[in-house]
Amino acid sequence: MRQRAIGEVILAVEDVSLRFGGVRAIADVSFDIRAHEIRAIIGPNGAGKSSMLNVINGFYRPQEGRIVWKGQAHRAMRPYLAASTGIARTFQNIALFKGMTVLDNLMSGRTLKMRRGFFWQALRYGPALEEEIAHRRRVEEIIDFLEIEHIRKVPVGRLPYGLQKRVELGRALAMEPELLLLDEPMAGMNLEEKEDMSRYILEVNEQLGTTIALIEHDMSVVMDLSDRIVVLDHGQLLADGPPEVVSRDPAVIEAYLGVAH
Amino acid sequence: MGGLLHTVLVDPFVQMWTLPDFFVQVLWEGLVSGILYALIALGFVLIFKASAVFNFAQGIMVVFAALSLVGLHRLGVPAFVALGLCVLIMLALAVAVERLVLRPLVNQPDIILFMATIGLTYFLIGLGELVFGGEPKVMITSELLLPTGSYVWETLGGRVILQQIDIAAAVIAAAMVAVLAVVFQRTKIGRALRAVADDHQAALSVGIALETIWVVVWFAAGVVALATGIMWGARSDVSFALQIVALKALPVLVLGGLTSVPGAIMGGLIIGIGEKLGEIYWGGLLGGGIESWLAYLIALAFLLVRPQGLFGERIIERV
Repeated sequence: MRQRAIGEVILAVEDVSLRFGGVRAIADVSFDIRAHEIRAIIGPNGAGKSSMLNVINGFYRPQEGRIVWKGQAHRAMRPYLAASTGIARTFQNIALFKGMTVLDNLMSGRTLKMRRGFFWQALRYGPALEEEIAHRRRVEEIIDFLEIEHIRKVPVGRLPYGLQKRVELGRALAMEPELLLLDEPMAGMNLEEKEDMSRYILEVNEQLGTTIALIEHDMSVVMDLSDRIVVLDHGQLLADGPPEVVSRDPAVIEAYLGVAH
Repeated sequence: MGGLLHTVLVDPFVQMWTLPDFFVQVLWEGLVSGILYALIALGFVLIFKASAVFNFAQGIMVVFAALSLVGLHRLGVPAFVALGLCVLIMLALAVAVERLVLRPLVNQPDIILFMATIGLTYFLIGLGELVFGGEPKVMITSELLLPTGSYVWETLGGRVILQQIDIAAAVIAAAMVAVLAVVFQRTKIGRALRAVADDHQAALSVGIALETIWVVVWFAAGVVALATGIMWGARSDVSFALQIVALKALPVLVLGGLTSVPGAIMGGLIIGIGEKLGEIYWGGLLGGGIESWLAYLIALAFLLVRPQGLFGERIIERV
């Protein structure tokens, strides 16, 4: 068993409802995420899982409810606010900067941490140069950690799917987030790639203490990784608890397997 | 029949060979107008890359910038102060466009944004006429310390005349492209700009502020427009007719690709040189004046073969 102290609630979703026209994507859902835990969000297709991540990092504005992030209540988050206060994320369909190299993609994750004026950056002079080097060093550590040294200078669009997923994780890590949102980090991967990705997620969580919320369909992965699981179905909260409880919940089993008639 | 083939396929090249100095002169003229086309296309590309907006107003921005410069100078403002003020005007324009046009229309279909830039075009025409008057004006070339003489280059058994203003235009254009390249390659704004061009959502998720990037690209396009306006104004005069010439950027973009800075430059040079060669050596066959439509013909032929342009990204869509 892993040795981490699960902390206080770092993010709380309170009574959130989200509608697109007449379609209810999320209906009055509340749950919380505690510091340093791995929190899984699961549910059948169309359950509202990705919508929930989009609400948390401010892509969607829910019609009702609020988000309490690090003690501050927000009617809705904003992408810039989320990014600048320590929320990083990856996307279900990989949203990388395809024309840019792996290195530049990861450097883009440092955008908010760069302070020097762009005039000095253009000249590559003095403090701006030192700053760039410092950020490069941090990014190289992440590249090392994810074992992608050999593709540092390759444009991301040319990489196979599994590696792109890894680069996307790298860009999120480059932001040094407190809360990392992972939308299906293992979708479309083979067994070996899944094991690698699981290892990275666990190491990030254990060594850096990063809180992680992840959406995943592979149940064995979810059961192994997560401390607590939220189950959504048709936008509603179906169950919330540790893996061993959730996996025995009749409502969850019904939603996933259907009942025999 | 044989005679026609001779006049189309052989005779022009014989002329080029027998009068090489004249040929070089034609090439140079073509190169210079090519540079100006390239600069206008560059303005389009900057904005299209970062915001996927096809900015129909780029041509009028050139006129508007040049008009403001001359207009301010006529009001008694010293030339270089007027130049500085024009840079500020282009900044104000960029901020206004972001606030009043782009922000309210965020997430609207591309065609809506395109229509909005057509609206912006007519707004700028009206504003320019209202403030500075519609009559053609003379660019304040010498007041800006731009050279106006010409060099005579003795070569190939003849002479080639190079206008100094054209040389200045080439140097300034090259310098501007170099500065843009350095900024885009080295700074975080450049990285952010390329990021926004690639993927809006991902850019937002790493904390890049889209609004700032939009202001930056519109401002950069505005400064490019100002430089273009000065150079073009110095060659002819400053009038709204310039806007029609700016439409030449369209075939340039078709040729170079909408998203490529090197493409805009190469496309501009090819169109500029191509239409001059066409006009001088083949124009007579059709009674002249082919310069005004040859560029579009080249672009049309190009569309059939390579719709994404020389350097554009290939569009592959799942159906």
